[in-house]
Amino acid sequence: MKLTLKIWRQKDARAKGSFVTYHMDNVSPEMSFLEMMDALNKKLVEEDKDPVAFDHDCREGICGSCGMYINGHPHGPVPGVTTCHLSMRYFNDGDTIWVEPWRAKPFPVIRDLIVDRSAFDKIQVAGGFISVNAGAAPEANSIPVRKKNADEAFDSAICIGCGACVAACKNASAMLFVSAKISQFALLPQGRVEAKDRVRAMVEKMDELGFGNCSNTGACEAACPKKIKLTNIARLNREYYKAY
Amino acid sequence: MNKILFSSISKKFVMALAGLFLIVFLPVHLSINLMLLKPDPEPFNRAAHFMATFPLVKIVEVILILAILVHISWGIYLQIQNWLARPQGYVVKIKTRTSFFSRFMIWTGASVLTFLIIHFTNFYFIRLGLVEGNPENFYGVAHSLFKIPAYNYIYLVCFILLGLHLYHAFSSAFQTLGLNHRLWTPVVKVVALIYAIVIPLGFAVISITIWQFR
Ligand code: SF4
Ligand code: FES
Repeated sequence: MKLTLKIWRQKDARAKGSFVTYHMDNVSPEMSFLEMMDALNKKLVEEDKDPVAFDHDCREGICGSCGMYINGHPHGPVPGVTTCHLSMRYFNDGDTIWVEPWRAKPFPVIRDLIVDRSAFDKIQVAGGFISVNAGAAPEANSIPVRKKNADEAFDSAICIGCGACVAACKNASAMLFVSAKISQFALLPQGRVEAKDRVRAMVEKMDELGFGNCSNTGACEAACPKKIKLTNIARLNREYYKAY
Repeated sequence: MNKILFSSISKKFVMALAGLFLIVFLPVHLSINLMLLKPDPEPFNRAAHFMATFPLVKIVEVILILAILVHISWGIYLQIQNWLARPQGYVVKIKTRTSFFSRFMIWTGASVLTFLIIHFTNFYFIRLGLVEGNPENFYGVAHSLFKIPAYNYIYLVCFILLGLHLYHAFSSAFQTLGLNHRLWTPVVKVVALIYAIVIPLGFAVISITIWQFR
């Protein structure tokens, strides 16, 4: 199929940036969105032009680096997939596709479609961990965990830190991400020990980095490729109140 | 201490509490307004007088004014921070499915505020002695205001916008307080919908009745 791409190009963090139009013939519906972008870059290199810079790593939906804002949807119009899993068969011949980087003050554009998501790392470093004395592995069954809690902890632990929640939120709030990272520990006995310090530190860091305030709009949940639920944000709020 | 009081979650907590207080207050106000429909001005004026003088109500009144001021100022503060969090917007507007009215809270809120200013000038400031008028005959004031078509139009538009504001506000407050439950949250949403229709409708019915039939 034939596509018209309008892609955000920006030399570096300080440059102004603008959309550049590219025409692609021969896009096969079997391609993933990133493969289509590879084909575009191959073409650009052959024409001796600068390829489009975009982030990617695993290409199997687990690393969270491939964020692109496609036609008004973080990770494209298909729910529950990352950009690398987005198949071109969801687009039609003749479509125009607008591709923009994540937009949020704490996620500055580094180049083209790549943004600096290290703000998320900073939140994690502030408290998204458990301090353990890594001696010999203990017997797994010595600490009983309720099945429901184990499942919910797992469901929040699958957050890949992609930032689509921030990108989708009208307030550029990071609450869904932080709530997932809080929940994965808050629901397990090992995580309870440091629960108060963790939630205080992570929320403080999140605010300090300039993310917006949650207004319970729910765009994050709808955009999240891992379907992290809004109930996590309510839990984050509870955990925060409990910590004081 | 500042970090605790002014963290994003604390600010929202305060917003939610103040908002819930206002949500509880509205039905009280509405039930007093219903007395405007009686041909006899006495019951309404007596209720208004009671509200203005009874000591216990005085305390609630202070809380109410505080709640209004805090809800407005925190709301604006949060909104400005939210705008600052995305200095450069998208060219293609966000199409992600969201709770629709939540996107316009600042604007529906602003229109309610506009109404509140008109409302306070007409009633509350008279009672405080800031504006000329007879505080003992609010029945007459209300009736003469509702006879003005333009006042009715503004009144109705503001109450429709208030309804939209309340619809998101109601369930949002619960979520902010950390109360999200598999079974109860859907119930809260239904109650929110009913509340957001019944309250503005109640106020509107009173104004229209007086305007058209009295
Ligand atoms: S919560 Fe979802 S959208 Fe947000 S970072 Fe995690 S996986 Fe991405
Ligand atoms: S490239 Fe790793 S999630 Fe898409």
